[in-house]
Amino acid sequence: MEGKVLHISTSPHLVKGTSTVDIMRNVVYALLPVAAYAIFAFGINALLVLTAAVASCVITEHVLCKWSGKETTISDWSAVITGLLFGLTLPPSFPLWMVVLGGMVSIALGKFVFGGLGYNVFNPALVGRAFLQAAFPVAITTWTEPFAISRFSTVGSSLMALPFMEPVFDAMSGATPLSAWKFDKVAVETQDLALGLVSGSTGETSAIVILLAGLYLIGRKMMNWRIPVAILATVFTLSFVLNFLNPESYPTPLFMLFSGGLMLGAVFMATDMVGSPITSLGVVIYGTVIGLLVVVIRIWGGLPEGVMYAILIGNAIAPQIDRVIQHRVYGTKKIAS
Amino acid sequence: MGLISFSKRTFKHGVHPPENKQGTAGSAIRQFAFAPEIILPVVQHLGAPSEIVVREKQEVVRGQLLAKASGYVSVPLHSPVSGVVHKIGNVPILSGKMVPGLHIRPFPASGQEAIEGEPIDVESATAEEILQGIQDAGIVGLGGAAFPTHVKLKVPDGKECKTLMLNGIECEPFLTTDHRVMLEQESDIMLGIRYLMKATGAPKAIIGIEANKKDAAIHLSKHIPKDLPVTIQVVPVKYPQGSEKMLITSVLGIEVPSGGLPIDVGVVVINIATAAEIGRLLPYGRGIQERVITITGPGVIDKGNYLMPVGTPLRFALEKVGIKGSIREVYMGGPMMGMAVSNLDISITKGTSGVVVFTEKDVKQNQKIFPCINCGACVDACPIFLNPSKLGILAKAEAYDEMEAQHHLMDCFECGSCSYVCPSNIPLVQQFRLSKGIVRKRKASQKVA
Repeated sequence: MEGKVLHISTSPHLVKGTSTVDIMRNVVYALLPVAAYAIFAFGINALLVLTAAVASCVITEHVLCKWSGKETTISDWSAVITGLLFGLTLPPSFPLWMVVLGGMVSIALGKFVFGGLGYNVFNPALVGRAFLQAAFPVAITTWTEPFAISRFSTVGSSLMALPFMEPVFDAMSGATPLSAWKFDKVAVETQDLALGLVSGSTGETSAIVILLAGLYLIGRKMMNWRIPVAILATVFTLSFVLNFLNPESYPTPLFMLFSGGLMLGAVFMATDMVGSPITSLGVVIYGTVIGLLVVVIRIWGGLPEGVMYAILIGNAIAPQIDRVIQHRVYGTKKIAS
Repeated sequence: MGLISFSKRTFKHGVHPPENKQGTAGSAIRQFAFAPEIILPVVQHLGAPSEIVVREKQEVVRGQLLAKASGYVSVPLHSPVSGVVHKIGNVPILSGKMVPGLHIRPFPASGQEAIEGEPIDVESATAEEILQGIQDAGIVGLGGAAFPTHVKLKVPDGKECKTLMLNGIECEPFLTTDHRVMLEQESDIMLGIRYLMKATGAPKAIIGIEANKKDAAIHLSKHIPKDLPVTIQVVPVKYPQGSEKMLITSVLGIEVPSGGLPIDVGVVVINIATAAEIGRLLPYGRGIQERVITITGPGVIDKGNYLMPVGTPLRFALEKVGIKGSIREVYMGGPMMGMAVSNLDISITKGTSGVVVFTEKDVKQNQKIFPCINCGACVDACPIFLNPSKLGILAKAEAYDEMEAQHHLMDCFECGSCSYVCPSNIPLVQQFRLSKGIVRKRKASQKVA
């Protein structure tokens, strides 16, 4: 009757069964169609950028773990997520050595110095991108047109640039819809934005693919839907008001929603559980702040795009939101502080 | 107003573990055999241990007093069998400790008639007499906590019991004890409620039942005597609704103050099987000799609800029902709040509501602990709105004072919902249990100093 030995564990003796690794793996699944569309739109260039980004992040994490004498944590899939997200924020013609460098910074400075998964303050992928934005402002704002005929047969010459050499970009560089609007007051059709028929970072082009991938995660209860809803609703409302007041100087709310990195950021970056608040009210505030910052930076800031900084600032204030916004404990009247 | 109402209201948060009750919910209560040796620890309840009043080699009759209450928060112990006190010595209990106890060998051919004491008439007895009768019968909360019932029923001066709440929730997965008691012991329950209403002075009683036991609710509603102000409220299924505070919130829509007791909002909550026991024992002045237990789990062959003599050794019980495969984990009580057994030589006590047996392949796998990823699942599960994630981080940092002062650690009643949902397998409720113990110890030493 008795087995080898009675096993003693503490209650509860049941677990729900969704593990942290399951969540991470499903985020990777959700990102795959986004990555696939990026490759479809930008060809080999996007494939190389994404591969280099993921490889750089995973290898950096593995090496750092081994270096500090810890068990490697690459099997929890979180480094793959960081790599994919990081790669998806880069221009398709981005020099690969810069991709690798940025991936190393993402993991080392964005994640590892804080103590690894669960302890990072900022979204590691955005830390890597912010570093590249500061270090290589030209390369990171040089774009290629999507659906180039030769995209599956030739590799952009800029990708293979040698480290610390001035990369030579191919002639067919196109402005992103946001910079076109910001600097030339040219608005792109919303339909083209939704389908990703515009230039931009590898992963920020098709809003529809991103939204569907997000719905998958929300359906599996692996993403807090309040965050993208709060961000997008805030951006929509604010830009609707501005556009209503002055359609000449402010873009339409749909343009604001579907252009740039907003969808990717709202669905996949701001929703990083580690960097967002823990209560339902807290994430709504967090999402609203990010939405406000996106509009403010895009319209009144010096940069055409503000999603990255908006989310990084959101990450920074998330612990403060958690400190202030707490559930009232059962059986108490006042809000606990 | 109808006697039975189906409510949509329930407490906030909570979890939905798989119920796993189908294996035993339909099987009627069966009498369990007498073990060749009954082992009775004197610690079967919360409070002071009972004091043994018999000697070794003494012959005892079923129902005879073996150990008397040693104070107010204590209950006596009666012999579940007619037999001889074979030995008095230390016996193992669930917590792993050894405590004084009796080994009784039943007479094989005995008719096992029970002796009875002073009957308590529900019409003529005073509240005090009923409370005394409940203590004398050795009754404790049969839901699992085993707190002496007469203490719980005593309404403090200045407080008033406006509602007697009968707890027929049984939210623990696998357990069907209360379900069967409600289906089969309706007259005991109704008589028990009469005693309880008189003892507490409550003008009305409400029976709370979860929607997965509608049959029991409908059955009971047909047996409510015309003169008894009892209603039944069926509430949605959710764990941990069987907790007193959650039950009160679900049924009445009010909260019990933090650090307070149900009586602070005019409610006394009694487990439904305890009420049935009171209705069965008090009219004859008998003591508890047996109780209904669900023996179930994937490892059990003859799953069922058994009327089992108190003191039946667990090993005997498992041998009788038959085990398939090799036992890996055995829980006394349900799998959410029950304790894992470290030793099959302990016995079934008054507080054992069920025995759940898991074999090798049923125990939770993949126990690797990951860091907290701040997903908030625990925050959305905690029925008393704590922040288990934050508390877990503080526990790791040994910041016990901050846990208590700023994050309401002591309000945690250890339902385990946070650990159940945690994707990182962080043993949150275990950390809180330890932290609470440390806080209590610190407070006690501060008082001494």
